[in-house]
Amino acid sequence: MLEKSALVTLNKVVKHFDISGGFLEQLRFKGLRPRLEQKKVHAINDVSLAIEPGEILSVVGESGCGKSTLARTVMGLYAPDSGEIYYENTRIDTLDSTQMLVHRKKMQMIFQDPYASLNPRMTVRQTLEEPLRFHQPSISETEVRDRVAEVMEQVGVNPVWGERYPHEFSGGQRQRVSIARALMVDPEFIVADEPISALDVSIQAQILNLLMEAREQRGLTYMMITHDLSVVAHVSTRVAVMYLGTLCEVAPAANLFETAKHPYTRALLSAIPKLGQKKPRHIKLKGEVPTPIHLPSGCVFHGRCLYANERCRREVPRLLALSSGVQVACHGVEEGRVLD
Amino acid sequence: MNHLLEIRDLEVRFALRSGDLTAIDRIGFTLEKGERMGLVGESGAGKSVTGFSILNLISKPGYIAGGSIFFRGKDLAALSPEEMRSVRGNRISMIFQDPMMTLNPVMTIGDQMTESLMAHRKISRASAEALAVEKLQAVHIPSPEARLRQYPHEFSGGMRQRIVIAIALLTDPDLIIADEPTTALDVTIQAEIMDLLLELCTLKDMAMILITHDLGVVSQVTEKIAVMYAGKIVETGSTENIVARPQHPYTQGLIRALPGSREPGSRLYQIPGSMPNLSAIPKGCAFHPRCERAEEVCRREVPELLKRGTFQRLVACHLVGV
Repeated sequence: MLEKSALVTLNKVVKHFDISGGFLEQLRFKGLRPRLEQKKVHAINDVSLAIEPGEILSVVGESGCGKSTLARTVMGLYAPDSGEIYYENTRIDTLDSTQMLVHRKKMQMIFQDPYASLNPRMTVRQTLEEPLRFHQPSISETEVRDRVAEVMEQVGVNPVWGERYPHEFSGGQRQRVSIARALMVDPEFIVADEPISALDVSIQAQILNLLMEAREQRGLTYMMITHDLSVVAHVSTRVAVMYLGTLCEVAPAANLFETAKHPYTRALLSAIPKLGQKKPRHIKLKGEVPTPIHLPSGCVFHGRCLYANERCRREVPRLLALSSGVQVACHGVEEGRVLD
Repeated sequence: MNHLLEIRDLEVRFALRSGDLTAIDRIGFTLEKGERMGLVGESGAGKSVTGFSILNLISKPGYIAGGSIFFRGKDLAALSPEEMRSVRGNRISMIFQDPMMTLNPVMTIGDQMTESLMAHRKISRASAEALAVEKLQAVHIPSPEARLRQYPHEFSGGMRQRIVIAIALLTDPDLIIADEPTTALDVTIQAEIMDLLLELCTLKDMAMILITHDLGVVSQVTEKIAVMYAGKIVETGSTENIVARPQHPYTQGLIRALPGSREPGSRLYQIPGSMPNLSAIPKGCAFHPRCERAEEVCRREVPELLKRGTFQRLVACHLVGV
């Protein structure tokens, strides 16, 4: 199962959150018999994915589909309930925190809200120096200074502002600082969780350009979590579409936007408002997203799908590889019921 | 004066200890019956303040410092609080960004809907409920009678926003002000809500002011646009026209900065810098420090919103049409 070429490999990763609460909250009576009932949020169900070096893999989906949980699980912030996560050839989900240190340096994360992700009591310089001193305790004072100045310069924050606090910066500038913090330890792999959603339109372009520049200069690999499909179309090389904790479709960005296969992907893409398109012509889905506490049987999408039949209600579709590097989890596509 | 809404030289200020800040700087526009307009701009441009000031919802330390807001011939800025209450939520309704903040979490949907109706009309509880059911049907909520007995937390985000729209529609208003109505929602839900608003506007010949930062949404739903920057309208005209041929450098920048306007993977066009703070709006044209084409005159003189160049629209830029 281990693909040698991949930088990060996920194999059948499952993550559930127990929300059943304490003993009394779990207690239910059936007739007169007491019994304990557990409630679980099925955040990620059996996700397998390989991220190749140098690519920008975007994970898209609506809120609650488990994309942020996936990002955090990859980073080791959540331990998966089952399944394996590999970084190059090392399995990282079973490492203890000391063994993980080597890998933490290679994997960095950028968060959505630059107002919440920077410590308000630390100056920009302190924020940037901290990861460096932590991962390289032997580093000299001058080296630290040079490195901070160099990275600040690279992300477009004037190094003179190093003594300022986050509140003195605008949202866009703060997000630059967050990116600088991730770049300080020279990572190979960056997980960016909605890096531009909290920013204004004219600032979004600045940050996206910065991320693309950093990738070219440093040969970075990104896993980008986002709900903004026009951003996805512009920056990613490959896209993974998630629905209710399950991957529906994984495809090269160009393919996805031209010939999406999965009925959910099609509906999602048709909903993007396009500039100058007069009549919105989107595919209407039936009903609402079910809760991840009680997952639908069979294909998780069947209740809203226009093509669903008996098999979809019964059997969970597997992610099948089609030609041209597209993977789709849909019985309809497999049987040729869902036409292009 | 046959316009549904006519705003003239509206000025809104915030009285702070350090002195007055001008949030809205003498803006004006008109809206006809059934017309849909988009107010576009980034945070801090003054688009929400404009929406709030139409309903006289500016709270202290903010105040309307000048100008007039004519709605069906009456100046809203000069109405007494009681008179204003008969307009607000009745002839003009507002929809906000976050439906969970708008709905009262400890009241059933039915109570919230009938409360609003009974405040504006002499109407029995039973007929108010019948009307509530009718409006819930209009926003496509299945089994509305049963839904009236439920609380907001029992609905999904998209359903809640539909309910907010249903409440806004209760009194059949002439104008609906929608302040970022879909920003808190997912794309598929956003598309549904926008369809719904469009459908209802056409059906009832209702005018709408759509406040948003999303040019994509605006271009699908509205007939005209006003682009705001640092408290001023910098460009206004028909939506089709502006999207196809933006004239003001800021509008041009906003459109060119959208992903999707360029080859995938290439650098996006970026407007340098960021929106100025209201306490430090640059002299001359407020956009000049970020403008690539700025000249001496831009640093010195405030450009007026005039018909410039060959296109049917108003632009506030010295460099257009010269």
